[in-house]
Amino acid sequence: MSSATLDLNAKLELYRVQVALRQFEKRAYDLFLENYVKGTSHLSLGQEAIAAGFAAAMRPDDYTFATYRGHAHTLARGVPMTPVLAELMGRTNGLMAGKGGSMHLTSVEHGVMGSYAIIGAHLPIACGAAWSAQYRGTDQVAVCFFGDGSTNIGAFHEALNFAAIWKLPVVFVCENNLWMEYTRTTEITAVPNPAADRASAYGLESIIVDGNDVDAVYDVAVTAIARARAGEGPSMIEALTYRHGGHSRADPGKYRPDEEVAEWLKKDPIPMYHARLLAEGATEEQLVEIELSVAAEVERATEEAKAGPTPGADLLMKDVWADGGSAWRN
Amino acid sequence: MAQLTFREAIARGIAQEMRRDETVLAIGEDIGAAGGVFKGTVGLFEEFGPVRVRDTPISEQAILGAAMGAAMTGLRPIAEIMFSDFFAVCWDIVVNEIAKSRYMTNGQMTFPLVIRSGNGGGLRFGAQHSQSVENWAMMVPGLKVVVPSNALDVIGLMAAAVRDPDPVIFLEAKALYASKMEVPDGEIVDTLGTAKVLRQGADATLVALGAMVPKALKAAEELAGAGIDCTVVDVRSLVPLDTTTILREVSATGRLFTVEENPRLCGWGGELSSIVSEEIFYDLDGPIVRITTPHIPLPAADALEDMAIPSVERIVATVTQSMNG
Ligand SMILES: Cc1ncc(C[n+]2csc(CCOP(=O)(O)OP(=O)(O)O)c2C)c(N)n1
Ligand SMILES: [Mg+2]
Repeated sequence: MSSATLDLNAKLELYRVQVALRQFEKRAYDLFLENYVKGTSHLSLGQEAIAAGFAAAMRPDDYTFATYRGHAHTLARGVPMTPVLAELMGRTNGLMAGKGGSMHLTSVEHGVMGSYAIIGAHLPIACGAAWSAQYRGTDQVAVCFFGDGSTNIGAFHEALNFAAIWKLPVVFVCENNLWMEYTRTTEITAVPNPAADRASAYGLESIIVDGNDVDAVYDVAVTAIARARAGEGPSMIEALTYRHGGHSRADPGKYRPDEEVAEWLKKDPIPMYHARLLAEGATEEQLVEIELSVAAEVERATEEAKAGPTPGADLLMKDVWADGGSAWRN
Repeated sequence: MAQLTFREAIARGIAQEMRRDETVLAIGEDIGAAGGVFKGTVGLFEEFGPVRVRDTPISEQAILGAAMGAAMTGLRPIAEIMFSDFFAVCWDIVVNEIAKSRYMTNGQMTFPLVIRSGNGGGLRFGAQHSQSVENWAMMVPGLKVVVPSNALDVIGLMAAAVRDPDPVIFLEAKALYASKMEVPDGEIVDTLGTAKVLRQGADATLVALGAMVPKALKAAEELAGAGIDCTVVDVRSLVPLDTTTILREVSATGRLFTVEENPRLCGWGGELSSIVSEEIFYDLDGPIVRITTPHIPLPAADALEDMAIPSVERIVATVTQSMNG
């Protein structure tokens, strides 16, 4: 499916964003193996079309709520690579000066209202931001991303009912990559489509989209966001996709059958889009130039992030409270 | 001046702030036309309407998630959790989300919100509707914790909590909802993090919180009759904690008795004892004594509940024995 609403330049930009997310995360993975990135990280390799398609459909003042698998969603909103990579590396030039880490990327100035690592928690929080937009009359929309496994926790169901009864301007996006951590989601879920099959319980339309087709994602995003902005209430979209790698860190993802992985690698969103753009009139040179300029950006971000100082004790006790400090007594 | 009950003071405090600031909104179960299960929000729905005073489903995570999302985007919500025992079903939002997000984001977000909740025993509701959970809240970095003991403080501390840029857990002692006092007319605004000395004595300092404050005062009267002259300090705010006032008053008498409704282990008095021992040990003339609910779930029967929660008699007996021992 090709978007009727996007011109070639806009599509080239969608290509650039997906390539940027891909190359950034490949670098993040390498830096993890080299022990520059500590702790853990969860990559969206293979799922880039969803973050890219939605970000393109959002207004700059709309809100993104992401999960621990949130590098892509953060970058797609226009947050530069250097602070994101530096955050992964625990440096002071990180997005949160190293205090949040990979799982909590936040950039309020870009509308990225946090990445949340407790499954399901951010769905009600996204409702709150949407409620606020509704009350303030700003017609901002909150877009909330989560995984298939997250549809089985209570907060998911509380949030959907809440959004429906208050007609909140929120779009819930389930990135169904078939697996929670190491368990296939259909094995622990009462219905085959964990989000779409639950939509009717909250009076919502059941919407499933090919999450590896950025044009299709964009179209569905435009519709849902317009509906929310017009005061017609929430939507929930289930985007079918697959993560190319493991769940986190260096997980090789061996629990997944080889044939399944091979089949989904054939549906890799980026080569697919590359081919489509050529068919629609882009030149190979244009696409290669995008790839090379992204590669240079990743290189620059890597150098800048590595050059960032490690945080000192001054940051440790800062910003528990709005006064900037952490005093709990006088 | 008007006679005001503790429960009426809650509505008055909220109304005072809602009139002043359009970004202040109230949400919770049954808080609208019904006026709240404890009647703490009576009149708000009529004055401010269903957009600003909004009933919610029985979805505690959604209530607090909504409050958090609204606070991070410029509103000042006041959310109600009907009984503080119910914090257990939405504690993730309080502890992991609201309390940590400012720090994690390196100060990108602020959360000017208030979570009100009916707290503690005395109403014979049994273990799941009676616990005093101030110690749960106190131990979480990033939360302010306020526990008023009278109608005047309810209004002033509510105003302070609403105006504060940080998340405040506002615990309303259920045993005090019906208590009454004279309250001046006009705007009342108090200060968070300030304890109040309610009575000055030379022999011992009783430090109490919430529903234990009137009991400590009553006990102090009886003790005075028996020749033991007590200072009574109302803590009012566990975080920030006014250690300046408390330490000064403990130093002055040389004896500290805490009166706590929370179950014994990790009650707020444990932290206070530790501060006193570390910082003014040589001012003490005798052991620190904690008078608390025992480390048990609260029973329902009135006879049993009365034995569990510190009573005036238990305070008097404990202080007398310790002072004469
Ligand atoms: C409340 C809670 N339970 C468990 C976890 C551990 N955990 C982290 S990610 C994850 C799998 C989530 O799967 P899904 O929602 O499909 O998202 P995906 O990782 O596939 O993007 C689990 C169980 C958690 N972070 N929070
Ligand atoms: Mg998944």
